[in-house]
Amino acid sequence: MGIAAPVVRAGRAASRARREASQSRSALVLGGLAVGALMLLPVAYLVVRALEADASSWDLILRGRTVWLALRSVGLAVTVTLAAAALGVPLAWLTVRTDLPGRRLWGVVAALPLVIPSYVGAFALLAALGPGGMLDAALQNTALAGSLPDITGWPGAWASLTLFTYPYVYLLVAAGIKGLDPAAEEAARSLGRSSWATFRSVTLPLLRPSIAAGCLLVALYTLHDFGAVSLMRFPAFTQAIYLQYRGAFDRAPAAILSLLLVAIALAVLAVEHSARGRARYYRSGTGSRRPLRRVALGRWKWAALAFCSALSVVAFVLPVGVIVYWVLRAVSEGEEVRITWAAGFGSIIVSSAGALVALLAALPVALLASRRPRRLATVVERLSYSGYALPGIVVALALVFFSINTVPLLYQSLPLVVIAYVILFLPQAVEPLRGSLLQVGPRLEEAARALGKSRLGAFRSVVAPLLAKGAGAGAALVFLTAMKELPATLLLRPTGFETLATRVWSGAAAGLYGKAAGPALLLLAICAVPLYLLARRVEVEEAEVENK
Amino acid sequence: MRGKSAGIALCLCLGLLTAACGGGISSVLGDDKTLTVYSGREEELVGPLLAQFEEDEGIDLEVRYGDSAELAAQLLEEGDGSPADVFFSQDAGALGVVGDEGLLSPIENAILERVDHQFRSQEGLWVGTSGRARVAAYNTEALSEDDLPDSIEDFTDESWKGRIGFPPTNSSFQAFVAAMIDTRGEEATLAFLEGLQANEPELFEENSDVVRAVAAGTIDVGFVNHYYIYEVSAEEGDIPVANHFFTNGDPGALINAAGVGVLATTDQADAAETFVDYLTGDKGQRYFAEETFEYPVVRGLEPSSDLLPLDQIQSPDIDLSELGERLPRALDLLAQVGFL
Repeated sequence: MGIAAPVVRAGRAASRARREASQSRSALVLGGLAVGALMLLPVAYLVVRALEADASSWDLILRGRTVWLALRSVGLAVTVTLAAAALGVPLAWLTVRTDLPGRRLWGVVAALPLVIPSYVGAFALLAALGPGGMLDAALQNTALAGSLPDITGWPGAWASLTLFTYPYVYLLVAAGIKGLDPAAEEAARSLGRSSWATFRSVTLPLLRPSIAAGCLLVALYTLHDFGAVSLMRFPAFTQAIYLQYRGAFDRAPAAILSLLLVAIALAVLAVEHSARGRARYYRSGTGSRRPLRRVALGRWKWAALAFCSALSVVAFVLPVGVIVYWVLRAVSEGEEVRITWAAGFGSIIVSSAGALVALLAALPVALLASRRPRRLATVVERLSYSGYALPGIVVALALVFFSINTVPLLYQSLPLVVIAYVILFLPQAVEPLRGSLLQVGPRLEEAARALGKSRLGAFRSVVAPLLAKGAGAGAALVFLTAMKELPATLLLRPTGFETLATRVWSGAAAGLYGKAAGPALLLLAICAVPLYLLARRVEVEEAEVENK
Repeated sequence: MRGKSAGIALCLCLGLLTAACGGGISSVLGDDKTLTVYSGREEELVGPLLAQFEEDEGIDLEVRYGDSAELAAQLLEEGDGSPADVFFSQDAGALGVVGDEGLLSPIENAILERVDHQFRSQEGLWVGTSGRARVAAYNTEALSEDDLPDSIEDFTDESWKGRIGFPPTNSSFQAFVAAMIDTRGEEATLAFLEGLQANEPELFEENSDVVRAVAAGTIDVGFVNHYYIYEVSAEEGDIPVANHFFTNGDPGALINAAGVGVLATTDQADAAETFVDYLTGDKGQRYFAEETFEYPVVRGLEPSSDLLPLDQIQSPDIDLSELGERLPRALDLLAQVGFL
């Protein structure tokens, strides 16, 4: 075989590759800039409003109470995140790496609390366990009457946010564990480490990026949450923002406080960035990875089962039971329980559109962040979190402001609701994508290129299939969260357009829990579908691995 | 697996397409034959009345329900570009703010003059549609009417320790505190709130939860609006709760109003006026008196027989649209005492 011909061909290929590379790079940069510009909207709006503030509004942020509220919110975020990690990481390990009985079922059940909106969950917890709640009433004529601890305040806020957000950690870490290469663990074991020491010194560090990503989603969710903290009467920073809008009707101080919240979120991001570390997490050796070995739980099996059951009872069975109870009570009292199909359809339409567009917007962000961690990538990535850290009403008012003043046709249309979802939930699409990209070494792409694939071809045949995994998870997360979104939907929807969340709100706002429970139940049922698909997909994958 | 992913992708695309089209259609349909109402009043409460209006007057409504204060913030953001024709608010404060920004156009004198002066804007920018009284809802098994004090300020007495409750984040409660600042001054209001705090009150998120707690006997007395006992008994059947009214200009006797204003940018001034006329007219007022158990605000109309007539209550003399200006201080005091 002659040598000259391939060399010439390689030379041509190289120049073609350079051209393509610069094209794809500029497409990526353009995409990143477009997403960055979109994400800049809420911050730009807040700056406009904050500049209108007079001196007394600026004094507001220096006041003791504001600082105190900020500290409380940060404290809540830290404790909720720690607890969510303490639940999510073991659950992921148990359902993926052990011989836990009913492992696959638990894999789905552990994610289920994600379908419960945290405001509905908090409400159900209060109704069941709170003062004057169902348990309290049941104990009334017993020796234990009045002995229930008061769950309102920090314990209730902490418990409800933990129970309904830990699945973010669980899902991302479970995906991370599935992507692990057992070679590193086996090496550690063969060098004489115990299995616990191996887990601590090898597995856990390898899981750092997915744990950090899950924790980030939980921490920022806690910071921007208003529904659960106000129901539990835990004075948090978002309450200060809402009080400015609702009580004082003043947008300037609300804008200043919101900017402060963005600043806190940036600080959280910096912490997460250092926790994630600069390490790379793809395998660098040769050969393909083998399926993961399962750990036999032995007599720990019962403890593990008890842990899984107890958690699912509190985080899923209890809130769903309360909602079902309300529906049944309404039915038994002859109230008409309307099944709001139109609202269900509306929810599905906007949420799936939001999931798709968020996914498209997340692609350049995740690719830039994992492939070209330079300044532009960092700026775009940080910006992509600003919307997620803000309460929905702030993002909604920003979009009112911009659409009225630039594209009035867009105002109060469904596309604007979709844009709001993208701004609010983009990180939930970015994190799984980035997680799957981190586990693809750039060498894989290079190998495909060396084997004669074009740049696009290499992307399509090597990166895209791996991305698809993260994409499915990201779209499902955004869909689930968008289904539950309320404040931005209320402000931006076309007049008369209903989602299940707005139906739940209009029932609950009138104090008619029977009316709110019907749509809430339908919301849970619809959300269970993408969650189930996600879990099923995981099963198919594992079956494939086991057959090899 | 590929088939399934493709299926999901197809669903997502269909969703996007429908969303885009839906948006287009709704903006085309948003033509000038319908009157757009921003309603801070709940659909469960006013929906039937608005449907009746459409039927009686032959005017189609597009109603956007939301929280009154959030809708006010939205109207301020929309400015001259607002698609709204009418703002129907749960309380006067939100109307006052929108009016102060110059976004409301004056209401015709003939309509304004029907309504008692305390329930309308001094500049004629909005008019009240119904009133609600602050009351102490009490458990009738634990207390009788005679056990209750004449002034809300008496609840700071030690004998009420552990027996009272209220919703501090609720805007009606906050309006009451603002009214107290207006009539009694800041110092006395702070002393009152501190006195309440010393009595270890039970705090709630919603007025209806306060009434439920009174019904269950968890607390003996709750500070709420007068109509919540009707709302809760509609859902729970008979409950052992009654309203105690304050009188003689006591700060606890505040009567707040829901009201309506017409946006200055409306291109449907006639239909908007018909709407305001309807709400303050015979049918509207009768609906509020009989269906939502509120106070009619038009002179000469009697409330439902369970309610203490307005002229016996003597609400403190306050300009309702200026209550909003006191609110920031009210919030400060509530926070200072630890209720927020």
